[in-house]
Amino acid sequence: MEILIPILSAAIRSGTPILYATLGEILTEKAGVLNLGLEGLMLLGAFSGFSVTMATGNPWLGLAAAVIVGMAVSAIHAFLCVSMGANQVVSGLAITMFGTGLSALLGKAYVGETIQGIGVMPIPLLGKIPILGPVLFNHDPLVYVSYVLVGFLCWFIASTRWGLTLRAVGENPRAVDSAGLNVSRLRYAYTMVGGGLAALGGAYLSVVYTQMWVEMMTAGRGWIAVALVIFGIWNPLRAAFGSYLFGGVGALQLRIQAAGTTIPAPLLLMLPYVLTIVVLVAISIKKGKGILLGAPAALGQSFHREERD
Amino acid sequence: MSVPFRVERRLDCPAWLNWAIPVGAVATALLAGAVLLFFLGVSPLAAYTAMFRGALGDAWGLSETIVKAIPLTLAGLAVGLSFTMVVWNIGAEGQIVMGALAAVAVVRYAFVDSLPVMFVLMFLSAALAGGLWAGFAGFLKARWNVNEIITTLMMNYIAILLTEYFIYGPWRDPSSLGFPMTAPFPDAARLPLFGGTRVHVGLVLAILLALLFRVLYRWTRWGFELRVIGNNANAARYAGMDYMKNVLLAMFVSGAVAGIAGMTEVAGLQGRIQPGFSSGYGYTAIIVAWLARLNPLGTILVSFLLGALLVGGDTLQVVMRLPLASVQVLQGLILFCVLGGEFFRNYRIVPIGKGE
Amino acid sequence: MDPSLQTPIVEMRGICKAFANVRANVGVDFDVRPGEVHTLLGENGAGKSTLMNILNGLYIPDSGTIRVKGENRRFSSPRDAIAAGIGMVHQHFMLVPVLTVWENMIMGLPGLEAILPKKAVVERIRDLSTRYGLGVEPETPVWQLSVGEQQRVEILKMLYRRAELLVLDEPTSVLTPQEVRHLFDTIRQMTSEGHGVVFISHKLDEVMEISDRITILRKGEVVETLPGRKATREELAEKMVGRKVVFAVDKTVLNAGETVLEADGLCALNDRGLPAVRNLSLSIREGEILGMAGIAGNGQRELCEALSGLRPIQFGSVRLMGVDMTGAHPMKFIQAGVGYIPADRKGTGLVGAMNLRENFTLKNFWKKPYSRGIFLSWENVAGETGRIVERFGVSTPGLGVPVRNLSGGNQQRLMLGRELSGTPRLIVAMQPTWGLDVGATEFVREQLLLQRERGAAVLLVSEDLEEVMALSDRLAVIHKGEIMGVVDDPRGVTEEALGLMMAGTPMSVAMREACGR
Repeated sequence: MEILIPILSAAIRSGTPILYATLGEILTEKAGVLNLGLEGLMLLGAFSGFSVTMATGNPWLGLAAAVIVGMAVSAIHAFLCVSMGANQVVSGLAITMFGTGLSALLGKAYVGETIQGIGVMPIPLLGKIPILGPVLFNHDPLVYVSYVLVGFLCWFIASTRWGLTLRAVGENPRAVDSAGLNVSRLRYAYTMVGGGLAALGGAYLSVVYTQMWVEMMTAGRGWIAVALVIFGIWNPLRAAFGSYLFGGVGALQLRIQAAGTTIPAPLLLMLPYVLTIVVLVAISIKKGKGILLGAPAALGQSFHREERD
Repeated sequence: MSVPFRVERRLDCPAWLNWAIPVGAVATALLAGAVLLFFLGVSPLAAYTAMFRGALGDAWGLSETIVKAIPLTLAGLAVGLSFTMVVWNIGAEGQIVMGALAAVAVVRYAFVDSLPVMFVLMFLSAALAGGLWAGFAGFLKARWNVNEIITTLMMNYIAILLTEYFIYGPWRDPSSLGFPMTAPFPDAARLPLFGGTRVHVGLVLAILLALLFRVLYRWTRWGFELRVIGNNANAARYAGMDYMKNVLLAMFVSGAVAGIAGMTEVAGLQGRIQPGFSSGYGYTAIIVAWLARLNPLGTILVSFLLGALLVGGDTLQVVMRLPLASVQVLQGLILFCVLGGEFFRNYRIVPIGKGE
Repeated sequence: MDPSLQTPIVEMRGICKAFANVRANVGVDFDVRPGEVHTLLGENGAGKSTLMNILNGLYIPDSGTIRVKGENRRFSSPRDAIAAGIGMVHQHFMLVPVLTVWENMIMGLPGLEAILPKKAVVERIRDLSTRYGLGVEPETPVWQLSVGEQQRVEILKMLYRRAELLVLDEPTSVLTPQEVRHLFDTIRQMTSEGHGVVFISHKLDEVMEISDRITILRKGEVVETLPGRKATREELAEKMVGRKVVFAVDKTVLNAGETVLEADGLCALNDRGLPAVRNLSLSIREGEILGMAGIAGNGQRELCEALSGLRPIQFGSVRLMGVDMTGAHPMKFIQAGVGYIPADRKGTGLVGAMNLRENFTLKNFWKKPYSRGIFLSWENVAGETGRIVERFGVSTPGLGVPVRNLSGGNQQRLMLGRELSGTPRLIVAMQPTWGLDVGATEFVREQLLLQRERGAAVLLVSEDLEEVMALSDRLAVIHKGEIMGVVDDPRGVTEEALGLMMAGTPMSVAMREACGR
């Protein structure tokens, strides 16, 4: 059991960036918008967080900058998809391409630099609980924020009036429109919040987790987040479970490599990607066609008030 | 909050728009790119001139553009096929790589000192490898409705890691010293070139396949089925068309063509596989397909354009020391503008005559 | 106080609205007084829904004024209309299926508390339910409700928001005759409390029963506004269409021939995996129209799909001309001569973005002469398409036009042409005249009768009782996937009996009860 603690603890930390992105995408998709640009948004967030932290010496400013950048770039996606009715899949891919390229372009000068990021902040009483303590409460503040965020979002979606509207607009935007609410504004808002959270996840990688900048450092985490939304059936709590699962695989991978093994590195590195496919297949088999009962009914479809039937 | 115009749905799309929109989109993207370059302290004029000269300014540049256009056309056709059915094959990158790996495997384990034989063997094995790689994702989608965007994407990462495994491991060229790469292809496995350029016979393949695809979409039964399914899956089912079978088939063919692109890259151009082999062709192909509106002949044209962009990017890297990623930014911008431009295909802005 | 002297709740004057090149409303005047049921009557496409959507705040009129209780108002969004006390129950419900009744009730309500006040809402719903006789269980998810119950939720939504004017857009098209009675009772209750009701319909009998005033719209203009009680059916129909309308259907007496379709103990599931068709048996012979009456959502669609191979059959069998077709691929059904006219013509029957040629050949492109080997012969397709277009009177600028540009009536004509031109043995027609104007409706019915004379077997599934009673040789009633009974002579049964059967009463009981009155 003792051996597990450092692994579980690492799983939490490693899963946190994915969790932020996944939570963001849950919000976006629940509003009916599919945002496949998470990978690009995470990279832009990672870069912004890193560069602003380097420039100002304040990692919190870096994180804030990342969120702003994420919101701004996802606003492009919102504009194209919500206002202009563009194909949401392709638009998301464009965001990924753009974000990957821009972060690499701007980040060229920062490769190899390091920053003083955010350190660990153990929680006094809770950190002493056997097993759970060191696993859950011996992390940096952003991990704790993510815990709170998961709980908050669960409550927000189920019990508040805005949560009700959110659930409605992704299922039947016509109903929301006829109630007099502005579907476009809602979708813009949730797309931007989702993008901001994704960027925050990316910034976590560069500002907290590694405290470095490397081109394409997210290594597909943005895509794993998209998969986790499906795997978690659009539920924040299940998404957390999924994120930590992947975090665990990532952490395990590092340990196996460090421990010295005959398994060639590339094959080990494949684990998260293979696992993503396995996990997706598993949930698709389990829910069958009914997976569509979990997905917001209007996901990915543009909404225009029908002029004539 | 009243605006001086209103948005109206079009009944049909005038033909001139089919040209104006892509051209306008690219122009807008270049403009946006210029702004970006300006903020980076690079003269947009200098950069664009350098790109133009490098790609289209002389015979060598032109030939290099064609060299890049070949895999883009093939992959663009591949991606376009799946998109026609609204199946999102984002895995062209991985399928290209798998095709190349298959070609290397054939050379390594089944070498015959005859170009025609090697060509056929490599062609078939690359098509099979790419086809199976995509077909697997297609099967998952057909059988259990597993999201193909994610599966094909994950398989991209897996394919690239697989390549790394082979390059650094069992297929490493012992004589390559510090640099990991496979052994160079013997002459019998190299595709013939045109004149003194690097343009290889893959060009003929690309053009032939484009023509084939045009016939496919316009005049064959399967092409009709694909288009119907892509347009309205419900109506297709009602018409007795088999969705599952078609998803599988379309993904397989799509992957096969992408695999062929990989084969021509390794057998025609590079002669070996090094890290960074595919360098994003699979993703650029998505832009090609979308910009060409899934039209096979348009794909050739757009591939040439984007090939010029890539060569221009190479020039920028050499001449102005901008990283290759800058081109990716421009590609993203082009796609944004194309997506935005499509709006005008379906709607038009009408000024309001008199207010109320 | 004399209603005609009271200030109208709503007064619309000179409303004009155009879309693209279609003028939906031209100088329309319309007002509703408190305690009145004012019907908007007109064919599909006459401009009724547009006018009400303007009132509802969804559209902004190009010109004209709206006055609510004497004051000029401009609605820029549905919120304004709701705030002004106008509530609309749309034809296609604006409900979110996965949410519960109480959640749907308050979704988008201005001034809603941050934390959803479930208890208070549920209580208020129960109050309103009792007061207006609209029974519904507040904690049920909407997708579990029947269509009639969903409509009650929609009406409650408006009453919850204290609407003074209620607009009901074609409310009876989804109800059994008994439910229609119930609805009319609710309407009377509402008017007695001073609410105004706009009743949009094209069903003349209902309109004549419930209306205080009737305004007839035709091609976007008001033809006339007249008092409801004194109107006659013929008068209304003529004013609605612009010419004399013949109501009788000319049906020749035929001797039915061999059995074409035999379904035995059919069981099929719906999209959610729940049983939709339960142990259903029927048979249809050559030269016979078997009508199927029933409220939407009782398994009709699933049955039609099972009979054309589009839905897997769990148990039971389907035989076509004696050949067992159970589990066969849809293509086999098409090849065996089954024509299926789906209810959803835009979504299922046609590919909107494709042109007439491509849509014509949708179900026969694999046959000679439309294809040779792996290639399609577009010349042959074009030739035959042209012939069908002429024979079935499809009005279109050309064969290369996307089908979605055609009007609903022309789309239906094209689809009929496609299905019927191949001399099918069995025709499954589901809601074939839904949403069509009178001319197209007459045409469709004519064609079905012609096919019957030709010797085809026809299954006519329709929610229009009048239609199905007039056209059928035998009439079955479906309820929750089962057949309640088959009436051998539709002329000898009352609407009331049918209504009872549609609500689940077995035929023997229903006939007795209906006669007993």
